[in-house]
Amino acid sequence: MAKKLKSKEDYYLASQWTLMARKLKKHKLAQVSFIILAVLYISALFADFLAPYGLDEFDGLYRNSAPTKIYTIFEDQHVGPHVYKLEKSINKKTFEVTLEPDLSEYYKIEFFVHGTEYKVLGLFPCDLHLFGVGEGSKGGTGAKIFLFGADSLGRDIFSRVLLGARISLSIPFASAIISFFLGVAIGSISGYFGGVLDMIIQRIIEVIGAVPQIPLWMALSAAIPAGISTVKMYFYMTIILSFINWTGMARVVRGKFLSLKNEDYVMAARISGVSTWKIIWKHLVPGFMSYLIVSLTLGIPGSIVGETSMSYLGLGIKSPATSWGVLLQEASSVTDVAANPHKLIPIIFVTITVLAFNFLGDGMRDAADPYK
Amino acid sequence: MEEKLSKNSFVENLKEFFRRDLVQYIFKRILWFIPTLLLISILVFFVIQLPPGDYVSAHIAALATEGELVDADYAASMREDYGLDLPVWQQYIKWVKDIIWTPSDTAYYRLYHSHHNWKYSFAYGRDVWSVVNDRLGLTIGVTAIIMLFQYLVSIPIAVYASTHQYSVGDYVSAIIGFLGTAIPNFILAIVLMYLSYKWTGNANVGLFTQEMLKNGIHLYNFGDFLKRMIIPIIVIGTSGTCGIIRSVRAQMLDEVAKQYTLTARAKGVSEGKIIMKYCFRAAINPTVSGLGGVLSSLFSGSTVTAMVLNMQIQGPVLYKALQSQDMYLAGAIVMVQAVLVVIGVLFSDIALAFLDPRIRYSGGGR
Repeated sequence: MAKKLKSKEDYYLASQWTLMARKLKKHKLAQVSFIILAVLYISALFADFLAPYGLDEFDGLYRNSAPTKIYTIFEDQHVGPHVYKLEKSINKKTFEVTLEPDLSEYYKIEFFVHGTEYKVLGLFPCDLHLFGVGEGSKGGTGAKIFLFGADSLGRDIFSRVLLGARISLSIPFASAIISFFLGVAIGSISGYFGGVLDMIIQRIIEVIGAVPQIPLWMALSAAIPAGISTVKMYFYMTIILSFINWTGMARVVRGKFLSLKNEDYVMAARISGVSTWKIIWKHLVPGFMSYLIVSLTLGIPGSIVGETSMSYLGLGIKSPATSWGVLLQEASSVTDVAANPHKLIPIIFVTITVLAFNFLGDGMRDAADPYK
Repeated sequence: MEEKLSKNSFVENLKEFFRRDLVQYIFKRILWFIPTLLLISILVFFVIQLPPGDYVSAHIAALATEGELVDADYAASMREDYGLDLPVWQQYIKWVKDIIWTPSDTAYYRLYHSHHNWKYSFAYGRDVWSVVNDRLGLTIGVTAIIMLFQYLVSIPIAVYASTHQYSVGDYVSAIIGFLGTAIPNFILAIVLMYLSYKWTGNANVGLFTQEMLKNGIHLYNFGDFLKRMIIPIIVIGTSGTCGIIRSVRAQMLDEVAKQYTLTARAKGVSEGKIIMKYCFRAAINPTVSGLGGVLSSLFSGSTVTAMVLNMQIQGPVLYKALQSQDMYLAGAIVMVQAVLVVIGVLFSDIALAFLDPRIRYSGGGR
């Protein structure tokens, strides 16, 4: 009995966030999604370290080569995971050039090897990579390990997926944050003041909602000047994606404002002379923060698809910078894909990320109202 | 007896449809169409103005690099046609005015004999409207086929899923639904294209075969055309299908749990009749009102997919226009699609008013 009372007391004393976290814990799929996303974001953060090769490193010999096979047995002896160097071999009949492993010498896969220099989190210079290929058993060099194969220039797709994740995963996030502030500001004006202003804002939102998303994003990308730096390109893409996303947020905020603005505590604050902006940010927004976060999470998949499709078309991020969309450019023709199916690997990452955000958002939507 | 009653009520409904309040409602909705159209045009004009520099100078510079000399009179007449020396808001007004009505004494009219000046597309070397119009019919046709498919497939599945809640079929439809919404359209297109190539040796790219382009579509090659529609239908249709399934299923579950269903069941009405005559009719409303959104997502999804699958619809034209910063063409395509969506919303509003009397009496809940 006492225990039951205790748990009841716990329930009433717990903050809204604790209750939400508790409810979210019941949602297994959302939890798994959260872990997957956490892993993806952390590996994107330390992409330089996890990727065996840098962004510009290439090996012409390995053009379009399939994922490197990893062996453990060398001449009937167990020597641990190792790879072989590839060699060009020409078919004497068809003159077709193929890459065959040179089985005379093995190269062990080693951990914490020195490679291309980079800066950890953009601060400290470092040249350590999680794994790489060491020296050959007979002292040879030049073997490569391409876990996901190589692209048409002989660059490691595995490294590029990791390095591209930094852009593909952070642009939607950054644009979600911009949409958040835009949406709250415009939605609160619309909901709090009402009247003509509300009507105009609602019409604008309706119209932006009526225009098909991807064509509008594509058309907006025309604003990106040619030949600008990667940082600026990143900035432009973020703004373009936010241009549509704020509308959903503004709708949620407006709806909540309409239902909350006549509550007694708001009236009390107004009579006590609290400024309008302070009422909005301090008293109203925290009241429906959870809904906003849900709406943000559910908006991210759309931005990921948007960024990926635009970069895929060459209207967004362009090389030398890379994102998942840029990587998929290699998989645009059927003949190319049929010859090198490994170029479809970035698709798995896009799909997993989008699915994970969808599941997490769904779980959070269920948890957003913890008092149900 | 019962049959007769329901027929009568349908006739009643039809009579009511043409009653004053409904006509008023439709009139009001159509009137609302005008400010929406204005706002869309402002948004599109904003997009057109986005690229740095002005359109005519860019075009003339591009011609100059190709070694073509542009004579000053031509340049001046173009500048006048685009209203480049006017302030921005007057440029906008001129743009809208020219689209609605171009007087017969202008250079444009003499060239194209058209009263609607949508400006000139540099990428195609023709007037913008003729480029847009080329593929407009096909775009609408393909979108309509996909939409029809969406509703035909998703509504029966949704009704099944709601009447067999937590069955295997329910779970399967939910899983496919989730995958369909999660996988970006163009990615699904690449994968299906690859699989189609691997299994049948034919990627089925493009809407038409060479033979169709030569002889046109007839009954004997219509099957071929349908075969080429399979991938587009799956790719573009799936995401929307899942949305419809989810919303109809949720609505049906709500309706089935209501009192009137219980009453009908207690009175011995057959289960099929309860579902189809009562619950389904109530559950279909949100689907009808979601028509605009479905249309919008179809256009959005088909744009990139059309490029991957090399379909002869407006997506690739938009892409080509944007690559050469042919903004008036790009703007026109975005505008046409947005207007089609708004017309879809208009239709769905009217259909909804017909289906649900409460809406027309309260003057439109939305």
